[in-house]
Amino acid sequence: MIYRANVRPAWVVLVLLLCFAVAFALAKHSDSAATAKQADNHEVPEKIDMTKFKNSETNEQCLKCHGQSKYTYENAESKKMVNKRMYSELIIKRDEFYVSNHKGFKCTDCHSEEYATFPHSGNLRMESKANCIDCHGGDEKYAKFQFEKIDSNFMASVHSQKHSQDFTCWMCHNPHTYKINARTNDNLQETITYDNLICLSCHSDITKYELLTNKEKPNILVKHEWLPNQASHFTNVRCIECHAQNKDTLIVAHEIVPKNLAVKKCESCHAKNSILYASLFKYQVRENIKAKGWFKGLFLSETSTIGPDQNNTLNIISLALFALTILVILIHAVIRIQKSH
Amino acid sequence: MENHNEPLYLYPVWIRFWHILNALFCLTLIITGLSIQFSNPTIIVKFRAAVAVHNVAGVLLSFNYIVFFIGNLFTKNGGYYVIEVSGYFSRLKAQFHHYTIGVFKKEAAPFPVTMESKFNPLQQFSYVAVMYIVLPLVILSGLGLLYPEITVNSFIGISGLDYTDLLHLFCGFIVSIFMCIHIYFCTFGKTAISNFKSIINGYH
Repeated sequence: MIYRANVRPAWVVLVLLLCFAVAFALAKHSDSAATAKQADNHEVPEKIDMTKFKNSETNEQCLKCHGQSKYTYENAESKKMVNKRMYSELIIKRDEFYVSNHKGFKCTDCHSEEYATFPHSGNLRMESKANCIDCHGGDEKYAKFQFEKIDSNFMASVHSQKHSQDFTCWMCHNPHTYKINARTNDNLQETITYDNLICLSCHSDITKYELLTNKEKPNILVKHEWLPNQASHFTNVRCIECHAQNKDTLIVAHEIVPKNLAVKKCESCHAKNSILYASLFKYQVRENIKAKGWFKGLFLSETSTIGPDQNNTLNIISLALFALTILVILIHAVIRIQKSH
Repeated sequence: MENHNEPLYLYPVWIRFWHILNALFCLTLIITGLSIQFSNPTIIVKFRAAVAVHNVAGVLLSFNYIVFFIGNLFTKNGGYYVIEVSGYFSRLKAQFHHYTIGVFKKEAAPFPVTMESKFNPLQQFSYVAVMYIVLPLVILSGLGLLYPEITVNSFIGISGLDYTDLLHLFCGFIVSIFMCIHIYFCTFGKTAISNFKSIINGYH
């Protein structure tokens, strides 16, 4: 029996394409279901057990007023109880403070003991506040966090240079909620979002932005219109990858540069020697290798950037095969020409 | 490779039109693709320009491919791509033998071009592979890279973009190798340029 595959390949491809479309739709569906589930998991609020923090009892004396949006006190003259609203920037949320890096502190470790009296003395407003380096500088225990380097990079940054003393660490890092992220979170996406929200807390919030400048608030979306796939860039790349210098010495670069020095060349990231791999990605790959071993750590990464993830061996093999093809063609052509004479 | 006297009208206008556009787009895509792959320092075309041209040429090639695809679903031309399985391997061997040995001895082509069979067995194999396997894959993976948000996030622990990227590069590489061989084999006509003339005037 003679078998003849009397089917045009185009029909076969059409059927395969339809199968692919169905498989793709199913894969996307399970993908988004997984993302939704992940998002659900994140919304479970943490229950704070107040008794486990050594200074929580002492701190309650402050937080009974500063812990929520209103406070109550007795008017000394009228002897009546008065309810007042607490200014939003003076509210310390317990559930954020007691998961932050500074959760073990007493309020008066950083603030004056005089706050113990109420009403607080007006002079206390002039109290100078400690910066990161005041506590963490020169301490060997914190050496790996490179606070001195962060401080000198910050001093050279456009934030410090343009705003002098007004711009302190607390502009970006709230000491009452600060929680180390890049080193402890193995979810790269969360670290990127966390870091970008720090920038956006001023650069997309007019009330904070106006504290430091009279300039009109820039519209970040319009400013970055030149960027293709803007949404992907904003969710997968940290602002500082393009807007900061000295990326290869710190996981979180602090030397923010003027806008004319920001990276604007696609190939700075999308090429083999990508700047993206200078800090956070490099750190993540290193940690991944530590945790999962060489092969899995290096190759089984769920993040990817088009361009830098090039395999040198594959590049060389493909170029060699291409050269070999040309060589065979040349040899064939030369023999053909010789034989035809 | 052929011994007919009457010229055969093998390449109708739509095929010639599709073919020349396909050739131009492929060439543009290979040059800009290489410029994107090896971009720092720049080779051939600057990165941003290369990306822009690559995207536009890729979309145009895709539309052009749809013309080829529909044309070969419904016109007579699609029949040339149907491979007769029985005895195919020995015909493939005969054609391979012709290209590696016979052609140097000035032997006649084992499968001369006729109105019924435009392609020899090796051509059939390579054209089916490139046009119906590699090109659809390069187009789909290209779409996945053009709109990374539609690409599946991860599969067995590896980013979907990694697979897409690798597949795109692999297929692009196959196309570029195919193009070199294809152009060289086109010199196997009555004279070195007669096949090039055929694809322009339609007569073989």
